[in-house]
Amino acid sequence: MATHESTSDAPTTGEPGPVVKPSPEEGGTKHAHPTEMEYVKVALVLAAITLAEVAVYYVESLEGLLVPILGVMSIAKFAIVALWFMHLRFDSRLFRRLFLMGIALAVFVYTVALSTFHVWTR
Amino acid sequence: MTVTTPEESHSAAEGSHTEVEAGHPPTSTGLSHEKVGMWAFLGSECLLFGALISTYILYKGQSEAGSVSPADVFDIPYTSVSSFVLLMSSLTMVLALAAIQQGDHRRLRVWLLTTALLGASFVAGQAYEFTVFTREGLNLRTNLFGSSFYVLTGFHGAHVTIGVLMLLSLWSLSMKGKLPTARAETVELVGLYWHFVDVIWIVIFTLVYLIP
Repeated sequence: MATHESTSDAPTTGEPGPVVKPSPEEGGTKHAHPTEMEYVKVALVLAAITLAEVAVYYVESLEGLLVPILGVMSIAKFAIVALWFMHLRFDSRLFRRLFLMGIALAVFVYTVALSTFHVWTR
Repeated sequence: MTVTTPEESHSAAEGSHTEVEAGHPPTSTGLSHEKVGMWAFLGSECLLFGALISTYILYKGQSEAGSVSPADVFDIPYTSVSSFVLLMSSLTMVLALAAIQQGDHRRLRVWLLTTALLGASFVAGQAYEFTVFTREGLNLRTNLFGSSFYVLTGFHGAHVTIGVLMLLSLWSLSMKGKLPTARAETVELVGLYWHFVDVIWIVIFTLVYLIP
């Protein structure tokens, strides 16, 4: 999906020109946010994945592959909402790092915790 | 970093972040402290929900034989519709943010109210689901599955309820003319919280309802 280009790399001159935004490291955006039509398209993709998730749940022949298929679809939906609706794709990298740090810490801590209870092998 | 007034920013870069950055005082990082704080909060919330989800995974198969199990009570088509409602509320939330960034306050109020209504529908659906489950014999003290299920989904429902209250507060502020375009970041912060509640439900829906 196309996005509008930022003016952060535009050369500065003495004449009035486009507004110079801070770099992503300074808190600026790499790109402007998507248009409303792009948001609608993203929502349609999310709706389609949700529909596919429920459909897969009812297909008996996919029972053995249910966990990996649903896992991939769930991660895809999570990533789409975080990157597009929460603007992590466009905002400062610091925000992405803060959020990913929380997710990574949670996954690590609770994977270890569940492993101590032998959840994966029971 | 060039400092611009909200008016200049809005006319120069419609729909961009510029007016949002102009809406906070200069900081050493160039980032809004409120936004950094919100992201740090959301990162910490991952640990809270991680604990609740792990507890559910640990306990769901540990109930006494013959007691109520997930397969006995879950109604997947019903919960799928609830999930779809919450997912679509994320769309209306970003449309509300886009509206205030464009200075369109009438559309802002429409989308804020729509988002709040979708969120309230989700919470009402969850309350109905809990009522049905209780009638079928599953309550907080029935077994380990019941305890971990109600605590996990109840905490999530409480988060959605808080989000609905924040959305209605924004709508009320906008109605009184106290939510100018320069304060678009306030809508963005509430939006971040709202989307987070949505992504957590994406995980809960898969792990709790769809995976046997």
